[in-house]
Amino acid sequence: MRTKPWVLLLAVVPTLFLAYFFVYPLVTILYTGLVPEGRIATSAFVEIVTDPTMRSVAWFTLWQAFLSTVFTVALGLPAAYVFARYRFPGRSLFRSLTLIPFVLPTLVVGVAFLAVLGPGSPFGVDLRGTIWAILIAHVFYNLAIVIRGVGVLWEQIDPHIEDAARSLGAGRWRVFREITLPLLRPAILSSASLVFLFSFTSFGVILVLGDLSHSTLEVEIWRQATAFLRLDLASALAVLQLVGVTVILLVYGQATKRDSGEIPLRPSFEVARRPRSAGERAFIAATLGMLGLTVITPIAVLIGRSLSTPTGPALTHYANLFDPPRSSAIFVSPVDAIGNSLRFAIPSVMIAAGIGLMAAVVIVSAKGRSGRIFDTVLMLPLGTSAVTIGFGFLVALDQPVDLRASAMLIPIAHALVAIPFVIRSTVPVMESVQRRLREAAAVLGASPRQAWREVDFPLVSRALAVGALFAFAISVGEFGATSFIARPATSTIPVSIFRLLGRPGTFGEAMAMAVILMVITGIAAMGIESMRGSRSGGV
Amino acid sequence: MLQVSQLTIRFDGTAALDGANLTVEDRSIHVLMGPSGSGKSTMLRAVAGLEDPDAGEIAWNGRSVLGVPVHKRGFGLMFQDYALFPHRSVAGNVAFGLKMQRLEPSAIPNRVDEILELVGLPGYGDRSVGTLSGGERQRVALARTLAPDPRLVLLDEPLGALDRSLREHLLIEMRSIFNQVDATVLYVTHDREEAFTIANRVAIISDGRIVADDTPEGLWRRPPDGWTARFIGLENLCSASKLVELGVPHPGGTTNTGVVPPEAINLSPTGPHAATVTGSHFRGGAYRIELDLGEGSNLVTWSPVGFEPGAIARFEIDASRITWFED
Repeated sequence: MRTKPWVLLLAVVPTLFLAYFFVYPLVTILYTGLVPEGRIATSAFVEIVTDPTMRSVAWFTLWQAFLSTVFTVALGLPAAYVFARYRFPGRSLFRSLTLIPFVLPTLVVGVAFLAVLGPGSPFGVDLRGTIWAILIAHVFYNLAIVIRGVGVLWEQIDPHIEDAARSLGAGRWRVFREITLPLLRPAILSSASLVFLFSFTSFGVILVLGDLSHSTLEVEIWRQATAFLRLDLASALAVLQLVGVTVILLVYGQATKRDSGEIPLRPSFEVARRPRSAGERAFIAATLGMLGLTVITPIAVLIGRSLSTPTGPALTHYANLFDPPRSSAIFVSPVDAIGNSLRFAIPSVMIAAGIGLMAAVVIVSAKGRSGRIFDTVLMLPLGTSAVTIGFGFLVALDQPVDLRASAMLIPIAHALVAIPFVIRSTVPVMESVQRRLREAAAVLGASPRQAWREVDFPLVSRALAVGALFAFAISVGEFGATSFIARPATSTIPVSIFRLLGRPGTFGEAMAMAVILMVITGIAAMGIESMRGSRSGGV
Repeated sequence: MLQVSQLTIRFDGTAALDGANLTVEDRSIHVLMGPSGSGKSTMLRAVAGLEDPDAGEIAWNGRSVLGVPVHKRGFGLMFQDYALFPHRSVAGNVAFGLKMQRLEPSAIPNRVDEILELVGLPGYGDRSVGTLSGGERQRVALARTLAPDPRLVLLDEPLGALDRSLREHLLIEMRSIFNQVDATVLYVTHDREEAFTIANRVAIISDGRIVADDTPEGLWRRPPDGWTARFIGLENLCSASKLVELGVPHPGGTTNTGVVPPEAINLSPTGPHAATVTGSHFRGGAYRIELDLGEGSNLVTWSPVGFEPGAIARFEIDASRITWFED
């Protein structure tokens, strides 16, 4: 079947948007890195390879991403197992709890672990500037990816397969190694490559918890571009990072392709059961305890320290946000930054939802290859780091019109990051509004338009609302791209947190601000959870 | 009355339907039975208007419906996987077709209650379809299909997704529901027992053509050819030469195979013929006796007493009950 003309027409807007705000800046970065002065030059790359600092940054980026992935998978697997296979009181509550870290802006995660493990830690340690602080924060942030990604597949594996293996004489461990693990392999691989990707391009966490010798390419790009104005070096680093990201995404693509293997599927309600033996109960309790501790500790300590003053708990830090004692003439006050963030969120959500919806319709309607290619291209901003996007805006968008001073750039950057989320929440629903449901409506007398209004729209609108909430949460928490394009007058909450951290004596205020950001994104996340939860599935 | 003539539909060059003819009389339950890939579901979808024929005609009471879009045909179709609307309650699903018909809104709840009562789900209106069991979903799908009172009810393997015991139970119920509402039904299945239990007429489809169309009994007694005979599960097929040997007169012509109903073979110690017993199995009420008549002829009959395998059984054969066809 041929793709219909209206689908092509609908594809125009997302294509132009992506071409100008994503592809063009990326190409400019490539150009700046490879052809700095009108001639092909490799000096910047030579500098990266020869400079020991640069080499150690590249090495550390890989190394910490690898360790983060190993630890996250190791901790995530038992949790995924517990949620997939057991029913126990508070199961859905615990499951929602594990999602919290992932929806927190990375800068908040960094600040929270600074509160736990940094100077003045309630545990009497100071791990700032060590790999441990970074690893712990990355595990905390990415745990949900493994729990969800692997858990979904684990729920669908027929336990009878494992029973059959046991009846054939395999012990528990052998069953796990030879049956369960190979069946889970695609999900483990795909979530591990996502964890690796996010750790590889980690920015907010490293910026807060790392130091010069514990830094990633992402931070180095930012530092070279904004602190030293070395655009050629920053570009070269960005090119290097893009190569790494591409490799990771290829691995991820391979892993998800094999995901649709012939695993005997069963609905989850049959699989999960109550724990029977004391050993099972102990295992569940230990896993949940570990999870609770991992998730709750940083959040609790962050809130606690945002309230702590020399004279006992008080709202002093919060009050200071309204009336900063050391307010700066050019930077907006923290309270105004909150207003900025909320104001930017509205156009961000509108752009992301509008373009995302158009793109989703195109992906679902376009037949065969062209639809898949469009889908892949639109996912690219997800893999590309936020810093690269912001940096690209900085180097590219002075031509043909200088947009760099425009306040609209911030919501556009946020929308670019959010569009993949809108697409990912709407496309599966649109696809699952199977042709059959539309046919059923038609057979019952609904015209095509009525069928869309009565069947497609109610099902898709909820998914679109989920996507819009994602876009909102992303917009208020986005830091990597914003740090390049925000002006003093257009500072957002994360930019303001980072500034407060950098100034002496406003540590408490930074924490208060992080708590506010956490609450705002938390509300959005609760909206997402409740909308997803009330969807009646399996029909 | 539905008339399908010379219907042909090709997918990528391969014919799913290849000149199929079928007539469904008013108030009849007409089963369309065939192996998988025979084109039975394609036929159903074409009648509903979900597939466009490459050639042929589909008419209702003599008027072509080919130009009529799906939603205006007034035919109800029940899908094998039910395709219930997940975002609507049971009542919302059942009411959908009534709403599309622009039925007076105040009349809808009564009609919904009435139809839910009919399918045995009274009081289920407010339930979410996600909470229903397989059998309950099947009933909701049936109720949704029947609610707008379609002039033709199309059912695509309506019991296919259910387990056996539930299937038998629901089958009897469906038959009585269709009779209560005087529905005209075209029912697709691959299951012989299902077909023979519910049908007034059974059409057999093979490779996109209707190869037989008769009452269940007629089909059983007079299969048009060997493939159909075997497909509907007739097992006592016997070559003409063997039957002549047993004293059954050949009717002449080119027929070469006879259908011997098990009840045409009477086991009796004084019978004129003998056969070796190869199997004797108690099947609740009687023994199923498998006989080897030699030269590859095997026949099955029933007996109130069992035999030892290998024993010689004597029997007589009732020539008048044997029907002939050309294999």
